[in-house]
Amino acid sequence: MTGLRGSFLPTRRLVLKVGSSVVLLGVGTVLPIPFAASAANDRYPEAAFSQKDSAEAIRLLYGRVAEQTDRIKLDAPDIAENGAVVPVSATTTLTDVTSIAFVVPENPNPLAAYYRLPPGTMPSVANRLKMAKTGDVVAIVEAGGKLYSTSREVKVTVGGCGG
Amino acid sequence: MASSIRVRAITNGEITDVQTLIQHPMDSGFIKGENGELIPAHFIQELTFEHQGRTVFVADWGTAVSKDPYVKFSFKGGSKGDDLKISWIDNKGETDATTVKIQ
Repeated sequence: MTGLRGSFLPTRRLVLKVGSSVVLLGVGTVLPIPFAASAANDRYPEAAFSQKDSAEAIRLLYGRVAEQTDRIKLDAPDIAENGAVVPVSATTTLTDVTSIAFVVPENPNPLAAYYRLPPGTMPSVANRLKMAKTGDVVAIVEAGGKLYSTSREVKVTVGGCGG
Repeated sequence: MASSIRVRAITNGEITDVQTLIQHPMDSGFIKGENGELIPAHFIQELTFEHQGRTVFVADWGTAVSKDPYVKFSFKGGSKGDDLKISWIDNKGETDATTVKIQ
């Protein structure tokens, strides 16, 4: 039995060595887009929500940049008297929509909401957001593996973060 | 205890419209209270809707969603009397859930 075990050992070491080099290679290829997978899995994207920069929040959430489109209809008031409650909705004619997100770049944490839409759910969401001050609201739609955005300015009379 | 979740789900035979209101402070962590100290962040992070056991909508929220959040969406399918389960979890680990019948 000892002889047998001995003859197995080199093979096992070889396997381990090959295995670890594959793992290293994997880390190397994944690193440039560390959070690209976060939008695809089911976990709450904590890092994107706590980001202070909107472009960085979008990159963390999707691992890519959105292109402007006129195929998203973003509804929000031109003037919001109360920044604590700003009704915002988005609907799109894009197909294969898998998510809709709202970003308020002027807020301390720009990513406001991220909605995951399984097949069969309509690409249309309405909600109410806080806006710290006058600035854009951005709707981001993920459709067919691509990212699209539309923005709209809302003038805020009383900010939503001053209480 | 009364549920924090109020839902109205109405189907027209093809599409079910779902409107939801939740009682929750949605404290951002950026506002000072009466004692002059920041009120700690306390907000719903994830809100999930399941129709007959199938997830039809997931909301991931940050601190910028308004107090007592409102959200509206629609999905294909859903018949009168079907179950729609709604559940949320916040950043303190508190949760609530309710099940309503589609009207």
